Amino acid sequence: MALLTFTDRGIYCERADVYIDPWKPVRRALITHGHADHSRWGNEYYLATNSAGPVMRHRLGPEAKIQTIAYGEKLKINGVDFSYHPAGHIVGSAQIRVEYKGEVWVASGDYKLEDDGLSEPFESVKCHHFITESTFGLPVYRWEPQEVILADINDWWRENQAEGKVSMLTAYALGKAQRLLQGLDHSIGTIYTHGAIENTNEIIRRQGFKLPPTVRVTREIDKKAYPGNIVVTTPGSVGQPWAKKFNPLSLGSASGWMTLRGARRRRGADRGFVLSDHADWPGLLSAIEATGADNIYVTHGYTGIFSNYLREQGYNAVELETDYGEEAEAAAEATAETDSNPEGTES
Amino acid sequence: MKHFAELFRQLDTTTKTNKKVAALADYFSQAEDRDRLWTIALLSHRRPRRSVNSKLLRAWAGELAGIDIWLLEESYHVVGDLAETIALVLPPPEERHDEPLHFWIEKIQQFPKLTEEERKAEVVNAWRGLEKTERYLFNKLITGNFRVGVSQKLMTRALARAMEIPEDDLAHRLMGNWTPDETTFDQLVLSDNPQAQLSRPYPFYLAYQLEQELKDLGAPEEWQVEHKWDGIRGQLIVRGGETFVWSRGEELVTDKYPEYQNFHDFLPNGTVIDGEILAFTEGKPLGFNILQTRIGRKKVSKKTLQEAPVVLMAYDLLEYGGEDIRERPMNERRKLLEKVVSAATEMENESRLLISPTVQFTDWDELPAERATARERHSEGLMLKRKNSTYKVGRKKGDWWKWKIDPLTIDAVMMYAQRGHGRRANLYTDFTFGVWDGETLVPFTKAYSGMTDKEFNRITAWVRKNTVDRFGPVRSVKPHHVFEIGFEGIQKSSRHKSGVALRFPRMLRWREDKPKEEANTIEDLRAMLEQYG
Repeated sequence: MALLTFTDRGIYCERADVYIDPWKPVRRALITHGHADHSRWGNEYYLATNSAGPVMRHRLGPEAKIQTIAYGEKLKINGVDFSYHPAGHIVGSAQIRVEYKGEVWVASGDYKLEDDGLSEPFESVKCHHFITESTFGLPVYRWEPQEVILADINDWWRENQAEGKVSMLTAYALGKAQRLLQGLDHSIGTIYTHGAIENTNEIIRRQGFKLPPTVRVTREIDKKAYPGNIVVTTPGSVGQPWAKKFNPLSLGSASGWMTLRGARRRRGADRGFVLSDHADWPGLLSAIEATGADNIYVTHGYTGIFSNYLREQGYNAVELETDYGEEAEAAAEATAETDSNPEGTES
Repeated sequence: MKHFAELFRQLDTTTKTNKKVAALADYFSQAEDRDRLWTIALLSHRRPRRSVNSKLLRAWAGELAGIDIWLLEESYHVVGDLAETIALVLPPPEERHDEPLHFWIEKIQQFPKLTEEERKAEVVNAWRGLEKTERYLFNKLITGNFRVGVSQKLMTRALARAMEIPEDDLAHRLMGNWTPDETTFDQLVLSDNPQAQLSRPYPFYLAYQLEQELKDLGAPEEWQVEHKWDGIRGQLIVRGGETFVWSRGEELVTDKYPEYQNFHDFLPNGTVIDGEILAFTEGKPLGFNILQTRIGRKKVSKKTLQEAPVVLMAYDLLEYGGEDIRERPMNERRKLLEKVVSAATEMENESRLLISPTVQFTDWDELPAERATARERHSEGLMLKRKNSTYKVGRKKGDWWKWKIDPLTIDAVMMYAQRGHGRRANLYTDFTFGVWDGETLVPFTKAYSGMTDKEFNRITAWVRKNTVDRFGPVRSVKPHHVFEIGFEGIQKSSRHKSGVALRFPRMLRWREDKPKEEANTIEDLRAMLEQYG
């Protein structure tokens, strides 16, 4: 029996009877990070990093039994050693290292190599078996340094301001939104946020992370206040009646999918900024090489193509069917989360 | 190419007409003359021909990017555009080439004279020094399919604004037969070249599909009805002792149709006829599929001329005795057209200039029966034209209507799916459909269009979950979904397993109400071939 196996509930360690990021309810779930496709409802016990805990609590509710652990701390379950190591994907994201009798596996969840200034920077972990995502596992995906992209976004904001427009920038409420906020030049104007994003901001700020000053969009704000300023919002809020008050606006979208012209046009954004919290093609390859692992398990993304390529490079690479990253292959049509109560405060 | 790439980015990132025109006008007022000229050419369908075949391009790109061809191919299937795929997989530029647009186009024009090795060196050198958007544009130029979402009309408006000349005058100057190699910006835009005037066509008047009841059109006697012949709309010009034939795509096709070459012998100078380039023999039109055998051929063989001879089926007269008569009422133009055609017919031995007959009717109720004969006459339906209408510019509602016959339809089962291109890259939009032959499905057509983006999203999610097998970019799926396929014609084909080929197949409806067993059969298809093929 291998140390980790792949079941229809998720990645399973039989010896310790725990699952990693299961997609069906289990008794004990080790969670790499707080995104909904990795941290799902209905598990009995959750274990995540200290900095992932607060957001998971917010998303899973007060009843969820969530335990947390520090990066690098060792936890022994039935003779199997578990430890969490930074994945650089979002605040609190981790790769989970599993060791038994000298055999080491790493389940990396989602990761990126670039230090975004907010997430705990990616740390390479030596192992024999490495489970990797492949969201952007094609050679067409190559990121530019985030300073370049953030400068483009600030320039775009200034242009819109000069035209008397609102800049509306879409991003996932957890992760991308905070990364963008941190890179916006708030000397240009006021940064407004969608309720779902501001709720997450509050949690992250309470954890001691520094974000620039933001203002939650509420009904009380006169719509004349918006022109020239920026609104950071969820993809699902675009085109909703809620967003009408921002007209005239320019719509920007920040995502790795914005690499492709077709995706940019389909998204209907005025501007697409290529900024991702996943590793690009060179990033995936260098991360895999640095683990020293011979056995690579490829999950969500361009699994078939990417594992094929890895086999050509001499790895023993296997393609895995998982329920992670439903949005991954579906690419830019991802409509993301819709919010029925965009201005809502925590209740 | 920096400025042109910036222009492209601006055009590509907005859907707003005003912004596009403003960006273009700004570019036109700043760019150097040769760049302006080439930009006009590119935006008026005068792009350079493909100068490197895509197989070589893939090989060179793979080599420079250090990836195998299969991986480049897979990437291409995801991106949906080869020029873009190559621009993205190449390593970042090592140096910066700063030459203007015309420098690159003129370089590309030299490619046919170079050996393959020299061509490769030029292309690789360009890739090394251009950034992503510039590379993309360069690739589009060498593969001969440069396109951007700007119509010739918008470009003309922007240029008119930048140069402060009236838009209508400019539109007329930009029509016809010119290339950037043979003219200058001054000659084309600022002065007018008399040689160009000689062959210059008029803009075509195009009709919309009828959207109301026939009786709502008014009195039947105010309308002229003809068949909508199934060929290629064309404009025949005789001026200065020469004949020019233009297709609706503003392409000069005189050389492709030797049948028209001596029309200046029996038509007077200053004659312009709007008509249909129509395959026709022994007093009857042939199907469009016959004409199709000639389209895209560079050389017209003797055999082609025998098997697919064309006539010009005249609809209208635009210029008479050198005078532009488009503003005169149609019945007056029609009388002059009849005069011109009959005079020509007397001089000509074998009649290659015909006049489109009008349908005689006194009551609207008579027309549906006439329309029902369209398919067997190889027409696409009927044209309804108000007798006192002027000849307008472009697609206009009100005076001219096309009343096309309903498509043939068949219910088929989806068998294979493939990702789309461009805007729909990454969505499964290209499907192969089959009909039943006993217990098995026989594929008989592909179809790409007819569904909304929403429906494509749903079917894409379904395809991902119901893939049976993969063959490169193609997935075979569980036979389950039935679609109503519409098409304009059917013919025998030895190249297809089913033995038939359809014309313009598309998805009319997603028949979610229909179980797969109730789709049509190969016998149904054969019966249609028997009747309409």
